[in-house]
Parts: sequence; structure tokens; C-alpha cells
Amino acid sequence: MAESTHETMVDREIDRSHMQVSDEVAIQITEMNKWYGAFHVLRDINLTVNRGERIVICGPSGSGKSTLIRCINRLEEHQAGQIIVDGTELTSDLKNIDKIRSEVGMCFQHFNLFPHLTILENCTLAPIWVRKTPRKEAEETAMHFLEKVKIPEQALKYPGQLSGGQQQRVAIARSLCMKPRIMLFDEPTSALDPEMIKEVLDTMIELAEEGMTMICVTHEMGFARQVANRVIFMDAGQIVEQNEPEPFFNNPQSDRTKLFLSQILGH
Amino acid sequence: MAEKSFVRMEMLPEQAPPASSVGVIGWVRANLFSSWFNSILTVISIYFIWRVLAGILPWVFLSVWDADSLAGCREVIAANWPGAESAEHACWAVINERWLQLLYGFYPPELYWRPNLAIILLFVALAPVLFADRVPRKLLYVTMVYPFLMPWLLWGGTIWGPLMAAAGFVIGFYVIKILSDEIGALSAMIVGVLATVTWWLGAGPAVADALSGTLPIGIEAVESRKFGGFMLSVLIGVVAIGVSLPIGIVLALGRQSDLLIVKGICVGFIEFIRGVPLITLLFVASTLLNIFLPPGTNFDIILRVMIMVTLFAAAYMAEVIRGGLAALPKGQYEGADSLGLDYWQSQRLIIMPQALKISIPGIVSTFIGIFKDTTLVSIIGLLDPLGLANAIRADAAWNGVYWELFAFIALLFFVFCFSMSRYSMYLERKLQTDHR
Repeated sequence: MAESTHETMVDREIDRSHMQVSDEVAIQITEMNKWYGAFHVLRDINLTVNRGERIVICGPSGSGKSTLIRCINRLEEHQAGQIIVDGTELTSDLKNIDKIRSEVGMCFQHFNLFPHLTILENCTLAPIWVRKTPRKEAEETAMHFLEKVKIPEQALKYPGQLSGGQQQRVAIARSLCMKPRIMLFDEPTSALDPEMIKEVLDTMIELAEEGMTMICVTHEMGFARQVANRVIFMDAGQIVEQNEPEPFFNNPQSDRTKLFLSQILGH
Repeated sequence: MAEKSFVRMEMLPEQAPPASSVGVIGWVRANLFSSWFNSILTVISIYFIWRVLAGILPWVFLSVWDADSLAGCREVIAANWPGAESAEHACWAVINERWLQLLYGFYPPELYWRPNLAIILLFVALAPVLFADRVPRKLLYVTMVYPFLMPWLLWGGTIWGPLMAAAGFVIGFYVIKILSDEIGALSAMIVGVLATVTWWLGAGPAVADALSGTLPIGIEAVESRKFGGFMLSVLIGVVAIGVSLPIGIVLALGRQSDLLIVKGICVGFIEFIRGVPLITLLFVASTLLNIFLPPGTNFDIILRVMIMVTLFAAAYMAEVIRGGLAALPKGQYEGADSLGLDYWQSQRLIIMPQALKISIPGIVSTFIGIFKDTTLVSIIGLLDPLGLANAIRADAAWNGVYWELFAFIALLFFVFCFSMSRYSMYLERKLQTDHR
């Protein structure tokens, strides 16, 4: 995949006019720890994400990066420390969890579209049942976002009839239909063929250009370099290094980061 | 190098396939005589089928329809087919004379319209469930009323009984609706179920008695011991099938629950019921329950049997559905969770539609199995078709008739079971959206 990271580098000028980071805090993680049984998977995570920030998390597999972002919408439960999303603390209170989940969009490596529903139904389901939006309005919103990810003509098909890249774009549209304030991406391009990676990254870049707060777990270093305003490197369940993309890639400080970067960029 | 380069100047037109690969000849060649070994198998199979049919068809069609006893049948056979053994020709006269009994048991003949209407309404009530895309949704109201209308039609009596039973559900529904915002969905559901049961056991019957005293609206009552025949099988089967599916879903979900006590109860129930033969449960229903119930309670035998068969079916159903749940990728739960759907929404909209679709073959197998198992009630003295067959043979006129009765009963069951099987195949095709 290392080669493709160069090939899929963004080939157009990025419009940065809306990409300002505000002072408002979107996500605040303090002293967060998580165990899988006896295995200490996340250790003393401290992370503050401001509104409008675009953060890329990278690191070797098993380093806890997916677990970290899955904690942010409580697909995984943390055992110690504090996570505050949009001013609401994540506790075992189900009402808070559902509220945060409806504010935080998430895209998965394997898309997790609902195969028994059409593309349009996939996109309108949560707005209708969670937000109580009238069906007609929800369908209009869904078509708007399907146009945005450039597949409105597929609206009445089923996910199984679409290519991987199209499915991932539907997944992004599905999340956007909930009008989330934060988007999480969990290796959105890892399961895609090389020629489909670009179409998904383009969609994500557009989203960034509109000022969406984003946290992406990805190995697309071209994307990180051009879109992110902070890159976080994780290893063994902890944040090893974080910096702006230029200094992160050109002048990594920790030995572990240097090794990782040399391995994935070293071709 | 010239022969390696090639440019086609005009495209080839489409041509018809050779005659030997299409039509009847092509089909026969491909499916019956594709090799010498297959040809031999085909010939042997055709000979075998011919021998079987040559034995059965004359028995079925060269038969006696009009006679008043088995002896009468034999006389007709001896007269019509001299030299033939009487067993070579069926004596359908017994069916001709007793088919109403095989269908309705000892139900009063002047009231046959009631079970007839019940079964017609059954199909009306099923239509919006089975063919949701082809019939108007308004018919769902019939479906909702049917569970209370059907027992009233069959057993008759005052109309207030079924109305009060329905009222129990309405009470439960509103208790859940009102309380779920206050004390959470699960607690509200428990309180709602308790309220419904309390109503059924306490206030409901009292109100029904009072109302039927002042406003006696009703139809002629029919006692349970007059029920019988295929009607009884269909009655028990339909109730068991209809009620076991929702109970099975709840049990399957309970078995996957994080709540330890809920999980324990569900696992215990499923494993106990599956570990005990249905016959045992039926004997418990017919004899033991009388010992445990307070003296003087009149707990209808058919109701007891229906409860036992339903619980039995529900335990199997739960395991079939659990198989469907286990086949769903974890990502489906995460996808639903990440969109903010709560537990019941994600179960109803995402998980169950897919899990049930995967489980259709298993669910229908369980349905068919339980429908056929209703014949076991003949062992505890209910007059299902098999029980009636014995009763008919007890009549001196028909002593010795076996094949004809069993063939007729088998045909009745086959029609129902085969329909269910075909429907499940139709449903699987209709719901296939994954395009694998």
C-alpha cells in the first residue's frame, strides 16, 4: 500500500478558505484508559480536538488507533478517565450515548451499510427514526448528500450492487444525513481497490474543505500531508508523537515514529 | 509477423444456437442422456417410477366411492373387477361418508359455518403479513382483530370474554407507552406485561361476567370436547406457529442479552423445553396440571395443549433465530449503533429483518414440524384426524380400513406443509437483495 499512498496523493489545489480551526473544543479526552480483559489497550490518552480540526491518526496495527476513535462514540467502553464530546460526557447513561452517536458520524473500513435496504433507505433510516424527520424531508436531504458524493443515480439500488468505493461514499452520505458536527473515519480506504481509494479521499477532502471536524485513522499519508492540520502517531496504546504534518513527516522526533515512517514511505 | 496482427473490419451478427442444444431435444440430451452412464440411470429410474405408479394409480382411481361399509366395498370390488383382491382397489367410500367428521370432528354440523368463516378470515388476516406488497395495508386491522375473533367464532359464548382479553393488550400497550419515558423501556415493558397478566387473571373475567350479565351478546357456545378433526390440527398449528415466532424472537434476544438474569431465564427455558419430548409436555398438560391447579378450576384442555405446543415450538424457534443472529456481521450492529439508533430500533429495523431472512428455511422447517406434531395430541385423547381414524375403525362398518384414512389425512397435511414450503421459497427469492 505504501506505493499507492504516493499515487493517490491529492492532485488538486485544496480550498482552505473554510478550513479555520476555532477555539471551541469539540472533543476532550483526559487520562483515558481502556483494557480488553487484562490487556491494557489504551494508556493515558490525552487529546483535545477543536472544532474544525482535521486529525489523522496513524500507527502500526494493534496500536489502538481504531479503539481510540471507537471510544469517542462509545462503540468501545473506556474504563478510566474522561471523554467529553460536544460538552456531553460519555458515561454509561444510554440517553447520552445515543445523543452523542447522533451528533458524531462514523465511517467504517467495511462500510457497514445495511444490505436489506436501498441506498436511499440506508440514508433516510436514522434521520427518520432518530431525528424524527418527516420521510419526504429526509429523502430530500439524502438525495442532496448522495449528489454531493456523486452517486444520486444509485439511490434505488441495494448496497450489494455497488462497487466498494461507491459503497464507502454511500456510507459517508449516510453519516452526513444526520448532520453530524464531528466525523470519525476508521480506515475508510483500507478495504478498497487502489483506483477506488481516490474517489473516497476526494469526498473526504471536500468534507474537510467545508470545515467539518474530522478524525481519520488512515494510512493515506498523502491525504494526511495535505488535509490534516495535526498528525498523531500511536504505538502500544499510547500517543507517541503529534505534530503538524510538515514537521511530523520531515522531522519526526521519536525513534519509533522515524522507524514507522521509514517503513511506510520507504519505497 | 503479419499473422500476429489482426483487425476486424465488420462485427459478426448474432446467430441462433444449434438445434441440438435448445428445445426439448436439447433439454433431454443435457439432462437425461448426457453420457452412457446417465442414460442407464435414466432408463432404470423411468422403469422404477413406472412400477410404483402402476401399483398406486389403479388403487387410487379404480376404486369404490359408494358403499356403506367395508364389506359393501368388497362386494362392489368383487363385482366390478372379478378375480381382483380387495386390497388392489381403494375403498374411498369411508372418506365419502366420514370426510366431514375428519375435517370437523364432532363440531355441531349446523355450526360448520363458524370454522369455515374462521379459516377464510385466517387467510384474509394472513394476506397482509405474507404478501405485504400486494394487498392493501388496511387489512392489517383484520390481522389485529383475528386473534380475538377466531376463538370467539370457534368456541362461541359471550363476546365480552375475547373483548376483555383484547383489552388486556390495550392496557399493556398504554402502560408501556406512558411509562417508557419515565422509567426506561425495559422496566416499562415488565410493568406492562404484569399489568396485562393481572388484568387477565383478575379484573378482566370479572368485568366480562358483569357485562355479559347486563348485556348478553353472544353466539351458541361449543364445548372443547366436540372439537376434532383437521380443524383441531389447524387450530393448534396456527396458534403455535403464530405465537411461537414472537416468543422465539424474544427468547433469542434474551439469550444474547447482557442482563444476566434475563439471559439465565431464557437459556434455562430453551434448554429445558428442548430437552423434553413433546409427548411428555402434552401428558403434563392433560393430566399433571389438573393435580397442581386448585380444585374446581376449569382450564380448557385444548388451551392447555396449545400453550404446551407453543412453548415447545418457541424454544426451537429461538434457537433457529439465534442462528440467524449469529450469522450477522458485527458491523451491522456497529453501523446501527453509530447512527444513534437505540437497542429496539436497531433490532427492529436492522438486525431482525436480516436475521429472520437468514433463518427463513429454519423457521419454516420448525413451522412444518410443529404442524405435523399436532397429531401427537391423539395420544392424550383429543380427536385429531389420527384419533378420529381410530374412532372410525371402532365402528363395525369400517373395521379394517387403514390405507384410505391415512392417505386422506396425509393429503390434507401435505397440502398445508407443501404450501408453507413453497411460500418460504417465494419469500427467500423476494427478499434476496444482497446480489451475491
